[in-house]
Amino acid sequence: MNIVQRYMKNINLIIGLLVIVGFLVVMVISFFYTPHDVNTMNIPEKLHSPSSQYLFGTDEFGRDIFSRMMKGTQTAFAVGLLTVFIGSTFGILIGGIAGYVGGWVDEIFMRLMDALMAFPGIILALMLVAVFGPGVVNTAIALGVIAIPAIARIARSGFVQHRDAEYVLAAKLIGVKPYNIMFRHILPNISSQIIVAATVTFATAMLAEAALSYLGLGVQPPNPSWGRMLKDSQAYLVKASWYTFAPGGAITMLVLGLYMLSNALRDYMDPRSKS
Amino acid sequence: MMYIIRRFILLITTILLVSIITFGVFQILPGDPVRTMLGTEADPTQIENLRSELGLDRPLYEQYADWMKGLLTGELGNSLRFSMPVKDLLFARLPVTMSLAVLTLTIVLVVSLPLGMFAARRQNKLSDVSLSTLTQIGMAVPSFWLGMMLILYVGMQFSFFKISGYIPWTQSVSGALSTLVLPALTIAIPQIAVNFRYVRTAILEQMQLDYVRTIRSKGMSERNVMYKHVLKNAMIPILTVFGLIMAEVVAGTIIVEQVFSLPGIGQLLITAISNRDFPLVQGIVMYITVAVVVINFIVDILYSVLDPRIRLR
Amino acid sequence: MKPIRNWFLLLLLLLVGLIISACSNDNDKKDTNTVPTNAPVTTDTPQEIVVRINDDPDFLDPHKATASISYQIILNIFDGLMAPETDGSLKDGLAESYEISEDGLTYTFKIRSGVKFHNGEALTIEDIQYSFDRLMGKNGGEKMSNNFDNVASTEAPDATTFVIKLKEPNSNFLYSLTARQSAIVPKSNDGKHNENPIGTGPFAYVKYAPGSNLVLKKNDSYWKQGLPYLDKVTFTFQSDDQAAIMSLMANEVDLTSVPWQRVNEVEDSHSLSHQNNNSSLIVTFNETKAPFDNVKVRQAMNYAISKADIIDSVFAGYAVPLGSNMSPAMGDYQKKGLESMYKQDVEKAKALLAEAGYPDGFKTKITVSSHNEIYSNIAQIVAANLKEIGVDVEIEVVEWGIWLDRVYFGRDYNMTTIDLTGRASAYEILNDYISTNDGENFFLFKNEEYDKIMADVLKETDTAKQIAYYQRAQEILAEQAVSVYVADYQIVWGSDKQVTGLKSYPFWFHDMSEVKFSN
Repeated sequence: MNIVQRYMKNINLIIGLLVIVGFLVVMVISFFYTPHDVNTMNIPEKLHSPSSQYLFGTDEFGRDIFSRMMKGTQTAFAVGLLTVFIGSTFGILIGGIAGYVGGWVDEIFMRLMDALMAFPGIILALMLVAVFGPGVVNTAIALGVIAIPAIARIARSGFVQHRDAEYVLAAKLIGVKPYNIMFRHILPNISSQIIVAATVTFATAMLAEAALSYLGLGVQPPNPSWGRMLKDSQAYLVKASWYTFAPGGAITMLVLGLYMLSNALRDYMDPRSKS
Repeated sequence: MMYIIRRFILLITTILLVSIITFGVFQILPGDPVRTMLGTEADPTQIENLRSELGLDRPLYEQYADWMKGLLTGELGNSLRFSMPVKDLLFARLPVTMSLAVLTLTIVLVVSLPLGMFAARRQNKLSDVSLSTLTQIGMAVPSFWLGMMLILYVGMQFSFFKISGYIPWTQSVSGALSTLVLPALTIAIPQIAVNFRYVRTAILEQMQLDYVRTIRSKGMSERNVMYKHVLKNAMIPILTVFGLIMAEVVAGTIIVEQVFSLPGIGQLLITAISNRDFPLVQGIVMYITVAVVVINFIVDILYSVLDPRIRLR
Repeated sequence: MKPIRNWFLLLLLLLVGLIISACSNDNDKKDTNTVPTNAPVTTDTPQEIVVRINDDPDFLDPHKATASISYQIILNIFDGLMAPETDGSLKDGLAESYEISEDGLTYTFKIRSGVKFHNGEALTIEDIQYSFDRLMGKNGGEKMSNNFDNVASTEAPDATTFVIKLKEPNSNFLYSLTARQSAIVPKSNDGKHNENPIGTGPFAYVKYAPGSNLVLKKNDSYWKQGLPYLDKVTFTFQSDDQAAIMSLMANEVDLTSVPWQRVNEVEDSHSLSHQNNNSSLIVTFNETKAPFDNVKVRQAMNYAISKADIIDSVFAGYAVPLGSNMSPAMGDYQKKGLESMYKQDVEKAKALLAEAGYPDGFKTKITVSSHNEIYSNIAQIVAANLKEIGVDVEIEVVEWGIWLDRVYFGRDYNMTTIDLTGRASAYEILNDYISTNDGENFFLFKNEEYDKIMADVLKETDTAKQIAYYQRAQEILAEQAVSVYVADYQIVWGSDKQVTGLKSYPFWFHDMSEVKFSN
């Protein structure tokens, strides 16, 4: 295999990591420094095109888009991580118990998951946000709930695969409690699959948050969220087109990075899809 | 046979569960449909009249029971907002969403299958990697943004494309296409990426297997290897993801109909939720769920027909 | 390689085929609207218009409908005894003349003859009697409106006279006789008013596809000679403003409101008209909850919040600042000069807060609805302005249904912002603040002088004296700083250049009766 091909094989990993680390760095910096204040309005300066003073231009209230994008990484990671946390925790619990115990517990849990999955996700999110109100935490809860079935499925199949393994039988013989078997022994063995699913969940959470913002729900002002900024920019598509490319580009890049990372992880676990 | 019966029971259970979830969520949902309908200008007389007329002053379980009873006879109740049967509203809009979904699926299949095969045969070469990356970008773009960009840079530039409204097939075939192509593309592009990966992976897997080496060594042309053997066997995993894609397309229509102002079921659903129009929401959600579940059911059956090993599980 | 090439070739062919068929089969509206300007005036310009409306009507039955959106449309189908004028006054409708008795209690209307309903039937006095009986609940059905509680009796002494007797004089009563409050409907259509609305108006109902569109056709036997010009009116429902303007630019829609920030995109290609919405956009408070129960705090809010900022960034300048709950669209009824009562003055605001006992400011919450971005945008500006005087405002965005439930009807809020829609009569605009008006007084405002003025004005028959009363009422609202009266925003209507005859009223109504396409 020549250099190019070897390089190509790892491109997913390289780009994925680069993007994510890049945004993480921006996020960390944003806690301490942004070129301009994120929420202060400066209406005479509204809708300026990008300049040395305002790297990405200003929005309809004269706020610096670049600074808001930086702060937006905080919201993005907050929503994403919270969603992944909720989805994974409950997904692993439900899928794990279903897979390990089996029988009618398995049937019931999985039917519930099927019902949840058959539900168009965005509708469930809409209704949940309407019940509990919009905002970062509630959005994450709604998106987390939608993410549960997919992770539960993966967890379940992993647990089913491993529950009859020798090391599990051995642990049972020694008298290790089921709880410990499940989460101290089996879980680490299937963690790579879960991590792949979690990465994808993060990505879909970003897209779903953008969709919710488009419908007027999701993260609310003045909290800068990329999804919300994307929606606000629609009115200025012609007048100030840079305004829409910043959040749109950012979401696309972060999601792309996450997908590529998940591909790299999947390829690493499943050699058949490589050559 | 047992397999089919089992899957069927699963189907019914799922549908029942979904109806209960929708019903439950709506009861916690604050906001009064009557007040939402009449707005700030309603006077108390009108509010009371409307409420008793719509039967909203009865206890919940009674309303649910009534609704379930109606469902079994094919009646879905009346929309609170539009004062007409949910069934009529649904069926008036069905052709739109259906046409959109079918067009989208066609585009997805027609593009992703050949692309996937192409990439599989050039694994890890430049063309494969660049295709993978390009399609991934398609998957990473927020759907409504993609839609808006298409409207701005394609729809507004070429007068052929309509950026809002729907023209029925019966009126004009090119008219219908002009209203559906851009929305279909918006939904299709991410799904092409998804399917592309699956096709590529499935074909790669098949190509590893011994029988391929065997028939190649027997002198069969590459083309026949691909079409007469590999593709057929690869269809099984591709079929599994097909059900998923169907569900995604259905979900996709919801946002896209909003962006392109298509009078489809998705758009009706969003309106229904903000109007707290419970019968309408319930009716649509049930309909979508049943459709998706039934399709998955059919896919499962097909799956077991194609791959006898499944049946024996 | 070959199979893939075949696929792509096929796709290409399909695309080419589509384009060819599209060009040859292009029967969309654009062709008909691009008549060259030097062509002679012909009747061949199809008189069909497509108007965009934000939302579906709630009912087609004019007695049931309450949302202003519904009336935008259905006032084209129905007439009342009186009809609205563009300047807020009234003119004759189905009544060709009327008389009011000395004591203000008896109204006698002479009914126009030769009027036909859309189903061909003649309008008779029985239909008028039926319509009022239906509204008042005298037909055995429920009472449908509270507007006629003051009516002692109605009678029809002969085939062209209708008499209404009131219990107490009400100078505002004639406003209840337009199609908006009391549309005249045929007795023979009883029970079908919502499925198949029939009236006497310039257009007849054809069909309604919920969430999609509503179609009307010309009433050939309309009682106003020579009108209407249009053969067909299609109202399409589109809630997204951005999508609407694109439809306008793509010539798929002939008339729509244009988002303020995008007016310059269509100002060359389309006709624009500015309509004062006659609404009052306010930032208001729950007057029973501290600290907003203190007038000084409310005044401080007025000094701190910048109306100019809001008008500039939310409405791109297309709004007129207000001083009280009355817009200049109401002409003489508005008390001029109140808008300079509270010129922005941060120092004065801080001083007032200190006087009221809040030298370090305070924390509060503003609750707005999500159904239109303008409210959360205004909330952001309010929060930024108030931060400068030490008031920390948390923005809470809720869905429209929840806002109605909790804020408007439940009165469970501290601060909020909303626009109060325009009404044709000054009384209906100002009566929201009457302390006994439970239905509309969501500010929970109580002021004896105000209540007395609003009661006295109804008994007053002299217009000049009525105006004096209404103006004093507005002064009270400003002095008491009941709300921050930000502005009356304008609606900018974008229309196809060939459309003429559009009229704008001090309330929502797309009057299509005199509209036509010309060259």
